[in-house]
Amino acid sequence: MSTPRFLLPQASSIAFRIDVFFWSMTALCALVAAGVIVAIVFFGVRYRRGSPAPRTDRHRDALGVEITWILVPFGLFVVAFIWSLSIFALARTPPANARDIYVVAKQWMWKIEHPGGQREINTLHVPVDEPVRLTMTSQDVIHSFYVPAFRVKQDVLPGRYTQLWFTATQPGTFPLLCTQYCGTDHARMGGTVIVMPRAEYARWLAGQGGAGTLAAQGAQLFRAHGCSGCHGSHAVVHAPELTGLYGRMVHLADGRSVLADDRYLRDCILEPSAQRVAGYPPVMPSFSGELSEEELLALIAYMKSGPAGVADESADERR
Amino acid sequence: MSAAEAAVLPGSFLAGGHTLREWLITRDHKRIAILYGLGITFFFFLGGAAATLIRLNLITPEGALLQAATYNKAFTFHGVVMVWFFLIPSIPTTLGNFLLPLMIGARDVAFPRLNLLSWYLYIGGGVFAVAALLAGGVDTGWTFYAPFSTMFSNSHVFLVVIAVFVSGFSTILTGLNFIVTIHCLRAPGMSWFRLPLFVWAMYAVSLVMVLATPVLAMTLALIGLERGLGVGIFDPALGGDPLLFQHLFWFYSHPAVYIMILPAMGVASEIISCFARRRVFGYRFMTYSMLAIAVIGFLVWGHHMFVAGQSMYATLVFSLLSFVVAVPSAIKVFNWTATLRKGEISFESPMLYALGFVGLFMLGGLTGLMLAAPALDMPLHDTYFVIAHFHYVMVGGSVMAYLGGIHYWWPKLTGRRYPESWARFAAILMFFGFNLTFFPQYLLGYEGMPRRYHAYAPQFQVLNVLSSGGASILAVSYLLPIAYLLWSLRYGRAAGDNPWQARGLEWQTTSPPPTENFRRPPRVREVYDYAEPAP
Repeated sequence: MSTPRFLLPQASSIAFRIDVFFWSMTALCALVAAGVIVAIVFFGVRYRRGSPAPRTDRHRDALGVEITWILVPFGLFVVAFIWSLSIFALARTPPANARDIYVVAKQWMWKIEHPGGQREINTLHVPVDEPVRLTMTSQDVIHSFYVPAFRVKQDVLPGRYTQLWFTATQPGTFPLLCTQYCGTDHARMGGTVIVMPRAEYARWLAGQGGAGTLAAQGAQLFRAHGCSGCHGSHAVVHAPELTGLYGRMVHLADGRSVLADDRYLRDCILEPSAQRVAGYPPVMPSFSGELSEEELLALIAYMKSGPAGVADESADERR
Repeated sequence: MSAAEAAVLPGSFLAGGHTLREWLITRDHKRIAILYGLGITFFFFLGGAAATLIRLNLITPEGALLQAATYNKAFTFHGVVMVWFFLIPSIPTTLGNFLLPLMIGARDVAFPRLNLLSWYLYIGGGVFAVAALLAGGVDTGWTFYAPFSTMFSNSHVFLVVIAVFVSGFSTILTGLNFIVTIHCLRAPGMSWFRLPLFVWAMYAVSLVMVLATPVLAMTLALIGLERGLGVGIFDPALGGDPLLFQHLFWFYSHPAVYIMILPAMGVASEIISCFARRRVFGYRFMTYSMLAIAVIGFLVWGHHMFVAGQSMYATLVFSLLSFVVAVPSAIKVFNWTATLRKGEISFESPMLYALGFVGLFMLGGLTGLMLAAPALDMPLHDTYFVIAHFHYVMVGGSVMAYLGGIHYWWPKLTGRRYPESWARFAAILMFFGFNLTFFPQYLLGYEGMPRRYHAYAPQFQVLNVLSSGGASILAVSYLLPIAYLLWSLRYGRAAGDNPWQARGLEWQTTSPPPTENFRRPPRVREVYDYAEPAP
């Protein structure tokens, strides 16, 4: 990245659409600005004090003109709004088959976890031409995950998950930046996204080793923290069944229905009474303060995978 | 008797009462305006000093001057001081205080003692801000995002929060004073649609001040509660919600942007009408559009949070409303331009500032449209594109208009003329210096340089050096007026009552005006009555 260049690489599936919209808006704005500036200069010269130009009806208003320049900009704005929204909706809707990768931010580094248990810091390896969904959280303050070459950005908050997805379209190395001010070394909280051809990526994953898949780590935590005592298949306590829970609608004791997604599972571990499942007594203790963000992600990965995923630890690599 | 004293007519508000004590207990709105003028000028140069450190540091990619922690304090101090101790009070408390009673033919504002109290609150807040600086500074950014500000920053957050909290009450009281003044103290015959647009601007801005600022006070108090007593409000570790902070903060701070720009719109309308010798084109639309900006401005705060984690639905609504709020601003730009048509235009320094304002405000507004689109905000948010956008509006817009207003009404304030060619030179220099400083920042933002970075990637250096070079020109153009305006106080020639042949009641009294504002009741006429000869 040492050679200065004006145009950013368009390295994700959304980048081209965003750039077309960006340059269209720029052209529109430049056109309006040029029109106004030309008018100011023209009037300034033609109607300078003492010029012979005629000035009949000088002080009159013109309602028709006024209405026109209310309605025309408004119409243009509506078009821009709809165009923008069609792109943004796409940018915010990850495809169902997206590859999950987890991000935990802290002052001042990015910790990345792959489903296979591979971990990296300030570097994110992804395959080319495959949608990747990042589920992100922060251990301390708010950060923001920004890859200029992909045109994507999402704040990373403590205490909740936010998601970001993209499909990288060209192999290479692209800067990753933190764009939410997060303290002293905010400017140093960067990294790189390394986009690899698929086969190379698979080799990279296999070569990383690790402490078993994320789901397997979650299974260990599941037993170690006593979760299996109630939620396990042989438990005698009356607790909600977790197998196949992920992605289903859950009916809560207070009458609401919520989707059992990453956010819901995280909230239930940390604050079980807030979103209690209908028909179950409020007996589960809170695990707030006992589990790190990485451990929570592992537990959720375990619950996502179901018993099958735990039995076959290589399931994620094969996917 | 010196030349300076000779120009001051007996009975002028500047004559008599020369002791410090008499100035500090004055209830004359004109003297309070001057007290405010001294205060905001001090803070402008204090904030400018911080900006100088920022621009010097960014000359080299690794940060030429400051350590990261010091840099963070510099931009925080720059933002806090410029927003709350310069921009928000700037036009309303100086030009507004001085002109509002004169323009509506009143003897003073409705509550003169409250007006003085506002100044003391402002100065009181300022003392805390300076104390925070002397104690070692604050590193939260002017936005105080939680939980960083409440649980993680090790700097003097309390002092700055108190500073802004206290000065906020000064804003609220000024707004209250202006609303009551405009409602109750208009001279006989001064109906609502005979009010100059500057008065309408003061009215619209006062509504925003009174309704928005209490939310800021509340938000700052909550920061204090969490930081001081550990009450969980914003930090998730304490059971709080960090997005709640952003909602509360921007519920105030977006309308605050309009607190900064509405008065500038009022000033520009007065100047352009005067130097084009023409009634403002679409006067009624100009009043409605200011009120529309004041109202809709309250409903767009979520456009600061498109990538913060708010819902898709919220993003959709806030994006649409942000486009809608741009319509009245567009109307104003078109109407200013149309006011020039068939005018008798002359280009004295106030007009140069006002035309500069229109151009720069327009560029700031148009790039604001781009940021109102979530699809573009996603790559551009929190990059230098946003920095460039709001500096075009606040510095290119508000500061240009403020200086235009100072030049326009300086003869009325002081009874003196400044050297016109120097003033024109400063105005033109400011326009070019400004563009050289901030236009490269649009490009930096597009290229992906985040804001609040003490060091940056080497490919951003050229544009940063350009920007710093422009800033040095800008600095000269801000120092020049200080020099020749001070010079004019002693050596400037006498201005006369109405040097610009302008309309408006303030030009019917002497320059400087007498303590009681008008020796004989002013003649109220149609607004911007340039079709008739000056009274």
